[in-house]
Amino acid sequence: MMLSKGLKRKREEEEEEEKEALAVDTWWLDPGHPAVAQAPPAVASSSLFDLSVLKLHHSLRQSEPDLRHLVLVVNTLRRIQASMAPTAALPPVPSPPTAPGIADNLLASSDAALSASMASLLEDLSHIEGLSQAPQPLVDEGPPGRPTGGAPPSLGALDLLGPATGCLLDDGLEGLFEDIDTSMYDSELWAPASEGHKSSPEDGPGKEEAPELDEAELDYLMDVLVGTQALERPPGPGR
Amino acid sequence: MPSHRMPSEADIISTVEFNHTGELLATGDKGGRVVIFQREPESKNAPHSQGEYDVYSTFQSHEPEFDYLKSLEIEEKINKIKWLPQQNAAHSLLSTNDKTIKLWKITERDKRPEGYNLKDEEGKLKDLSTVTSLQVPVLKPMDLMVEVSPRRVFANGHTYHINSISVNSDCETYMSADDLRINLWHLAITDRSFNIVDIKPANMEDLTEVITASEFHPHHCNLFVYSSSKGSLRLCDMRAAALCDKHSKLFEEPEDPSNRSFFSEIISSVSDVKFSHSGRYMLTRDYLTVKVWDLNMEARPIETYQVHDYLRSKLCSLYENDCIFDKFECAWNGSDSVIMTGAYNNFFRMFDRNTKRDVTLEASRESSKPRAVLKPRRVCVGGKRRRDDISVDSLDFTKKILHTAWHPAENIIAIAATNNLYIFQDKVNSDMH
Repeated sequence: MMLSKGLKRKREEEEEEEKEALAVDTWWLDPGHPAVAQAPPAVASSSLFDLSVLKLHHSLRQSEPDLRHLVLVVNTLRRIQASMAPTAALPPVPSPPTAPGIADNLLASSDAALSASMASLLEDLSHIEGLSQAPQPLVDEGPPGRPTGGAPPSLGALDLLGPATGCLLDDGLEGLFEDIDTSMYDSELWAPASEGHKSSPEDGPGKEEAPELDEAELDYLMDVLVGTQALERPPGPGR
Repeated sequence: MPSHRMPSEADIISTVEFNHTGELLATGDKGGRVVIFQREPESKNAPHSQGEYDVYSTFQSHEPEFDYLKSLEIEEKINKIKWLPQQNAAHSLLSTNDKTIKLWKITERDKRPEGYNLKDEEGKLKDLSTVTSLQVPVLKPMDLMVEVSPRRVFANGHTYHINSISVNSDCETYMSADDLRINLWHLAITDRSFNIVDIKPANMEDLTEVITASEFHPHHCNLFVYSSSKGSLRLCDMRAAALCDKHSKLFEEPEDPSNRSFFSEIISSVSDVKFSHSGRYMLTRDYLTVKVWDLNMEARPIETYQVHDYLRSKLCSLYENDCIFDKFECAWNGSDSVIMTGAYNNFFRMFDRNTKRDVTLEASRESSKPRAVLKPRRVCVGGKRRRDDISVDSLDFTKKILHTAWHPAENIIAIAATNNLYIFQDKVNSDMH
């Protein structure tokens, strides 16, 4: 059987030094590090918070985000944020660290900005997947915003996630297009020339859409193609 | 893998699967290729070969695609392969990438017709004036040729990334699962599928959980299970309702308050679920453990095995380098008495459910020569360290054993270590690179 009993050998003293193979900077866990020594675990949480925000941002920047990764990071971020809030039910967070200005700004703005960015990032995601009900306004994205005034650099990461986008049409977008004749889409519009349609708003200033199809119609078409909408005819040869 | 090719990312094995008899073993890789190995019959002439696996067929299953509508490239990586039960001389398998499932038929040709009247041996047309009599072509033996052809393409069924496929015991239908939906297909019908699970929230802002794996019950064609990123399992009965959003049973273990951390949810995310051959149990893998669940008990697993508990104190680092998101598979042996799963440093673990003994083994060229007995490995966490022990901090986290498979009846296992495939057999251990 594969489960052999194991070889007997004499116990020997530890010979070599243990190598650091996990090459990850974990300074915030090292009690000897000056930053950590000064600051109670609140700093550890905020570093974890920043790390999670960066992960979230990185995940969203993928052309097709890994939904599982995204959801797990978002949920973890929520846990961290909850523990950082002063009124959290989790083990009490110690008093603010030696740089109260920065920490306060982070905590105060993180609540509002985080909820807003959570909303927007998940909206971004559903738009990217093409099944969102809400049209994603490309035109008002502009370059990643920097807050006016001397806000700490860590806020920049939140801003990069984009402003919260209100949904003019929360539901029933498909209802507006029920009477569209799908035959208008069975044309050379689907040739490689259409690849100018960038779906990710993060990729910079909004591009001009092709004159024939706009945002909402693309969403509807995606629904048609993946079968969530009833087809009026079998899939065309292009697929 | 051929030794003259430089290993590239396309060669990274992404799935391994034995067929129902264990005669064939299929692997899929990141480059969209499928390689099928066949077990050589044991022959008296070469007793040392004892049924080794040789390459039987290689084909390109999926190609990279560009979705022009969404400006997205669709990866050709094979996520899963599932064999269909063999019903005639041909073999069939389903292979899938993120979006499209394909049914492939594998046939053998070992005879060819010879003696055509109008064509010569090379296939060129004969000069008709030389044809003076008619002959009947006869079938002559030829070198075995394995032919693979795509029989069905099941496309446009999934918006999100497909993580599992599972063939029903009825041999007529199969299901495919992505992050938010599960579809039921008929093997003969490609232009439509039936959605049986949909957990997409009306508002994507409310999304907190995704589907991570799913499988049909091995005997009851109406039952299937799917796992979630929150660590729960849902057993669904297709007879109860057309849309199986409401589960028949929910298997969930309450969070252990003493082990609670920011990463509790991530490490509870189930990366694989497998029914036992008996159909009575389920095996799940989460980041640190494998668990055996009894279908009759929803409150908690009946057995929990620690795969690498020494990583529990390193979760923060593993979160930073994304290793905490690695998805390991798990496997039962043929008699459901031993379970196996992979780990880091090219280690894989086996747990004997009866004796409660476990072993750590390594899949690497350095540590295993052909026909040598595998040596158990040990990871030491501190304190006295024996020679050949590996310390936790020396583990190579880039060497992950994510994909493993166990022969349905015998003690033969297939281990994918990045771009190498290892096949270990009981008593006589042979390995292939």
